[in-house]
Amino acid sequence: MKVGVRLPTVLRPFAGDAERVEVEPAEATVGGVFATLEGDHPALRRRLVDEQGALRRHVNVFLGNDNVRDLNGLSTPLSDGDELLILPSVAGG
Amino acid sequence: MSEAVLLIGTKKGLWVGRSDAARREWVLEGPSFEMQGVYSVGIDTRGERPRLFAGGTSEHWGPAVFHSDDLGQTWAEPPEGSIGFPEEADASLERVWQIQPGPPDRPEVVYAGAQPSSLWKSTDGGVTFELVRGLWDHPHRKDWGAGFGGQAVHTVLPHPTDPGKVSVAMSTGGVYRTADGGETWEPANQGIKAYFFPDPYPEFGQCVHKLAAHPDVPERMFAQNHHGVYRSDDGGTIWKSIADGLPSDFGFPIVVHPHEPDTVYVFPLIADGNRIPTDAKCRVYRSRDAGSTWEALSNGLPDVPSYAPVLRDALCTDQGDPAGVYVGTRDGCVYASADAGDHWTEVARHLPDVLTVRAAVLG
Repeated sequence: MKVGVRLPTVLRPFAGDAERVEVEPAEATVGGVFATLEGDHPALRRRLVDEQGALRRHVNVFLGNDNVRDLNGLSTPLSDGDELLILPSVAGG
Repeated sequence: MSEAVLLIGTKKGLWVGRSDAARREWVLEGPSFEMQGVYSVGIDTRGERPRLFAGGTSEHWGPAVFHSDDLGQTWAEPPEGSIGFPEEADASLERVWQIQPGPPDRPEVVYAGAQPSSLWKSTDGGVTFELVRGLWDHPHRKDWGAGFGGQAVHTVLPHPTDPGKVSVAMSTGGVYRTADGGETWEPANQGIKAYFFPDPYPEFGQCVHKLAAHPDVPERMFAQNHHGVYRSDDGGTIWKSIADGLPSDFGFPIVVHPHEPDTVYVFPLIADGNRIPTDAKCRVYRSRDAGSTWEALSNGLPDVPSYAPVLRDALCTDQGDPAGVYVGTRDGCVYASADAGDHWTEVARHLPDVLTVRAAVLG
């Protein structure tokens, strides 16, 4: 299966300036997508999750209109063709 | 021709200043690392060409350490990242507070101090860092507390000639030192007061804000404490107050003159409960007798009332002759002296809060 990940401008330099990357996750979950990013886009991955694999506090990941935190977080299941949207939350002072 | 470089890390990015060896006029470029708190910067002059470091924290995307071999024109990090806890450590890096080149004859060694309290060592010139397990696994770690800034190793003081000796300071926790290259660590806080505990002289738990030592006299160390300014003449075994001649014993930074081991600088604030400059004056204080007497340096510093503190890494010297001294304030001003503090000029104003400054004369 393939899942698309759409990136905000500020993260594109960490993915070869791509607006969208496509991954084939080993596990069909949001966390599985991030784990797979380690291969081709490690610098992107560590800006989304910390060393323990937890989603960074001010990073929001949307599946459709739903924030995955309101679904099952990193365990949220995905299907072929799903699109994830990464957006920074309102933070930073 | 010689030139000078000045790194200014702020709450919202990094500015790089360039000057000639006289260091009278500075041209600033920046910001880079926009929207990142640049808590740590470093200038490593030991290699064939100078290497700059910047440790930034994005509120969104986390911490990272970058290096630059072209004086800040471009910055790089390795694909796997420069620094991060191993999975079994059960911790995640929050902030890098200190990037400190190692001994002069070990140009491949660079240290980093981080939050949560951890020491890191690079043996590839600061490209990648590994956790120093001896300190991370110390039985005291569970008792180290967090100050307002978080629980961090914010100061790393490598011994200039004995590569096995390193001292660190953390808030809270105090001073720890190793003599075996980081395998074992002992607290070194005897004489440093921790007024916020029932026993004000515990073995550890102090809130030491900054350490400094001159490389020619490495056993003489200076400490600015959370109330208290101290000197040790035996590598940190015993600390004695040198605060009597100061208007206040509270403050964050302390630095030593690069060529005069008895000359030391601080920036006093009124008190823990009132963290503004004493007399509401932006004044660096200098001692030329290792802390017995102090003088306020004011020539060229603002005469208007000033309420901006100076943070623990926002006071530094360079290696020039005469020595340069630099101070950055929380209201975004940077002042520089090219004559060891006798005269000051404004380098920047209206920047974001200045978190750290480092400067060097190159070539």
